[in-house]
Amino acid sequence: MSNPTVEIEPITGRYLRINLNDKPHRVYFEEAGAGIPLLCLHTAGSDTRQYRGLMNDARVTKHFRVICFDLPWHGKSSPPAGWHEETYRLSSQDYAGMIIAMTQALGLDRPVVMGCSIGGRIVLHLALHHAKRFRGLIGLQSGAHVDPYYDLDWLHRPDVHGGEVCAGIVSGLVGPSSPQEHRWETLWHYMQSGPGVFKGDLHFYTADGDIRKDVSRINTQECPLWLLTGEYDYSCTPDDTAFLGRSIPGSKWQIMEGMGHFPMSEDPERFLKFLLPLLEEVRMAG
Amino acid sequence: MIDVRESLDRLPDRFNKRLRLVQHAKRLNTRFLLISGDTSFRLTIAGGMVSAVEHGPFVMGQWDFVIQADEDTWKKFWSPTPPPGFHDVLALSKAKRMSIQGNIYPFMSNLLYFKELLSSVRSQESH
Repeated sequence: MSNPTVEIEPITGRYLRINLNDKPHRVYFEEAGAGIPLLCLHTAGSDTRQYRGLMNDARVTKHFRVICFDLPWHGKSSPPAGWHEETYRLSSQDYAGMIIAMTQALGLDRPVVMGCSIGGRIVLHLALHHAKRFRGLIGLQSGAHVDPYYDLDWLHRPDVHGGEVCAGIVSGLVGPSSPQEHRWETLWHYMQSGPGVFKGDLHFYTADGDIRKDVSRINTQECPLWLLTGEYDYSCTPDDTAFLGRSIPGSKWQIMEGMGHFPMSEDPERFLKFLLPLLEEVRMAG
Repeated sequence: MIDVRESLDRLPDRFNKRLRLVQHAKRLNTRFLLISGDTSFRLTIAGGMVSAVEHGPFVMGQWDFVIQADEDTWKKFWSPTPPPGFHDVLALSKAKRMSIQGNIYPFMSNLLYFKELLSSVRSQESH
């Protein structure tokens, strides 16, 4: 007997016990759909819920097995034991290693990887160092480097509410015309982030992950690379993505009018208008 | 055309109706200077409400922090559909079109509040 007021979404979530960077971790992942594996990476200080729109859209899931995982310290993935004695700082090497380990653990055969912001940066590292492992790479809000434009210490200090300041920092990165419902859902994820986690991710984004001098060596013959960037993003700007497009032969890039830094979360419907043709290209390439 | 002085004079009426924001900031008491080109305004926040908008120049004035931009920048920021880069104070700050200086603790510890306060000058339709 169906109840028209109730809908169970097609997304399933599970936990994986896995060693990452030589430490035991309990990692949350979720998936929906069947077909070509599409591994999605969330932004700094957020979690897999950013991809809820994609995972609930049959136009995506009828051809793609969409998988997302919460990075350790994020969402429902706990930090490793002993976290209270350390300062979390994401590095390029650890981040790429975790993506490859998750790909192997979940038995994903040459997945497409799509990442946003820090995820959009790490796909450049994957393209440079691990291209043959992947069928395609999609960078959302990809830039080779971002200089900090505020004092990152504001993100983690006991006399400022971490969740509220993190949401305040990123609120302007949402496109001004994105639906209020999705804007505030996106900001809620930031408000729920653990103390110091957003700041720790930004270590990769603003320091360790600088890839400016290497991007021209990315070989898109080994693995195709697509770049989509929102017009209103002032963190990873359209100019940053244009620089990548000019520097990486064979890359395809597009600026998404009206959108901000969180396309899949801030306005999933509008984002799919840009993404679906690209996924069709992936599918046709086989 | 946006008149900066007129827009700021209307700010208390417009913003203080937003009761959830005001109540959430009930412990916030601060004064800041908003500079538009050569013109300055001192805004006083008392218990989360905008209690005064005073027009400069100020002789021996006091405030916690200063937000400064040229008049054209404020007008673009407050336009119904701001162009990219003019839609948010941090976007303006990153582009060095706006400076936020002084004791910025009240500003940063109430960042969402101040973003809502400053953008509430924008027409309601675009909000």
